Amino acid sequence: MIKLNNVHKTYYNGSPLHVLKGIDLNIEKGEFVSIMGSSGSGKSTLLNIIGILDNYDDGGYWLDGTHIMNMSEKKAAYYRNHMIGFVFQSFNLIPFKNAMENVALPLYYQKVSRKKRNRMALEYLDRLGLKEWADHTPNELSGGEKQRVAIARAMISNPKVILADEPTGALDSETSFEVMKILKDINKQGITILIVTHERDISHMTDRIIKLRDGIIENKKK
Amino acid sequence: MFDIDKWQEIFGTLQKNKLRTFLTAFSVAWGIFMLIILLGSGNGLENAMRKGFKSSMINSMWIFGRQTSLPYKGLKAGRYIQLTNEDYERVKQNINEVELISSRYHMPGNNYVAYKDKSVNFEIRTVYPDYLPIENIIMKEGRFINNIDIAKRRKVAIISTDVQKELFKTNHAIGKYVIVNGFSVQVVGVFEDIDDWDNNRCVYLPVTTAQLLYGGSNDITMLSLTVPVSSSLKEAKRIEGKIRNELSKIHHFDPKDERAVGVGNSIEEMNMFMNLFTSIRFFVWIIGIMTIIAGIVGVSNIMTIVVKERTKEIGIRKAIGARPGSIIGMILQESVFITALAGFVGLLLGAGLLELIRRYIPENDFFYNPEADIRIAVAATIVLILAGLLAGFYPSRRAARIKPIVALRDE
Repeated sequence: MIKLNNVHKTYYNGSPLHVLKGIDLNIEKGEFVSIMGSSGSGKSTLLNIIGILDNYDDGGYWLDGTHIMNMSEKKAAYYRNHMIGFVFQSFNLIPFKNAMENVALPLYYQKVSRKKRNRMALEYLDRLGLKEWADHTPNELSGGEKQRVAIARAMISNPKVILADEPTGALDSETSFEVMKILKDINKQGITILIVTHERDISHMTDRIIKLRDGIIENKKK
Repeated sequence: MFDIDKWQEIFGTLQKNKLRTFLTAFSVAWGIFMLIILLGSGNGLENAMRKGFKSSMINSMWIFGRQTSLPYKGLKAGRYIQLTNEDYERVKQNINEVELISSRYHMPGNNYVAYKDKSVNFEIRTVYPDYLPIENIIMKEGRFINNIDIAKRRKVAIISTDVQKELFKTNHAIGKYVIVNGFSVQVVGVFEDIDDWDNNRCVYLPVTTAQLLYGGSNDITMLSLTVPVSSSLKEAKRIEGKIRNELSKIHHFDPKDERAVGVGNSIEEMNMFMNLFTSIRFFVWIIGIMTIIAGIVGVSNIMTIVVKERTKEIGIRKAIGARPGSIIGMILQESVFITALAGFVGLLLGAGLLELIRRYIPENDFFYNPEADIRIAVAATIVLILAGLLAGFYPSRRAARIKPIVALRDE
């Protein structure tokens, strides 16, 4: 599903910063993987490259068999929209839209009719137990609820992969476990999930932990 | 365009920044308002002028004697040229472009018209029958001067409705005798000449009668004539030259002496006015467009701030699959919406004010029916939409360039 071959990335902000120093990674369909590493280890950069939010300099990246390299913005948007669902640490919901509209947004960019996408959004909210919160705006929701809305949004386009960047970083431990349970359930439906975290107990809930240090993968543990 | 989500987003952002939205919209509305008022006022001036012209023919010409400025065939410069009946006959006979022609003789003295114990000052014009169509005079009662009046030098007068009102009140005037400058003449017709000048405050007499009353002279003060309506200014100038040439033969002045006789023509005057109004309109558009540009800069500025504030939101949208095109569309639509709505308000206010002016200013010669017609409205609409697009162009490109990773970075 996700295949990286000797991927390099250097940032040029003043002095060059070699963030990823040759990443080889292979994630199969249906895996539930976590990437761990201290801050500055390059884990967020790696996630951004996998999420086609950023380009890499050297090597190769294949997402579901498609070679992703120097894509046009339009094409990148298409792949993000159809193949990938994102979950962020700070939820990144649009504040003036209610929960249902936030969930429906990816379908808006797929040009799904308003009626249909709102119906689907309600379905997904229902699955996550948030149906009665559908017409509330994000600032009326708790952190856990917000993250569940964000997960519903990530799922609605029926992606191949869900990428989660510190999905529990802003949540208390009880809520964190709830969210992880939801992700686990989604994974059981066959969707590949990749999460970035620095919390050991969170990473231990995944099937495989990839440890990143100074831009290289340290060891692989099954 | 009619996507509810897009509108919802626009209203959402506009509502969050009410004062800023208002100030921006105000600058655009003000620009359009001024443009409409200026254009409307220009139209008002123009309409007033056109109305003034309407009452006399726009293809008329008038000729009067002046002083020679060049010596000719042994005659000194500085002679006065006195036009006579002969000039009238010769121009009528020899210049075939002339359609209608009348001479006029100015009666010396204090012009007054009296009936019974009432005496009022009026202009007295002495003319030929052709003067009726030249001046576009409308007969209300009786008849105008005819050829028999001219030939027999009849003592008849045609008075205006104003004269009738002042001398006769509601009584009949036809057949009555009035005193014009001391001479008794019979009223045979009443006319009306509605326009802005004093054409309705005068009395017409046959020119030959007037000449007779003042010592049987052959002198005339001026010639009024018309040329074909289709004549261009160039054509009018050519006819003018022909008439000058004809008169120079009679009065022995240099045909090149432009000052010997005065020639005026309404085509030239009309052209002058038209040029004047074209310049005014041009000037008004320049001012209006400058004002609108100030508005555009304002909107553009606001949109740039809006884009900056929405960086994160735009980043989220891009992360979940918004194409750059849809981001550009979103910002442009917002910009066009503010500009067009504000401009429309300005348009309505401007048109409303013009309507009030039109309704409530007293009638006068300088300002008539100020209006912003449909062409201006259409032009203004196009200008507004272009303005909105222009205003949104830079900010929307900026929005499209936002990188999702930058926007989504957690602080």
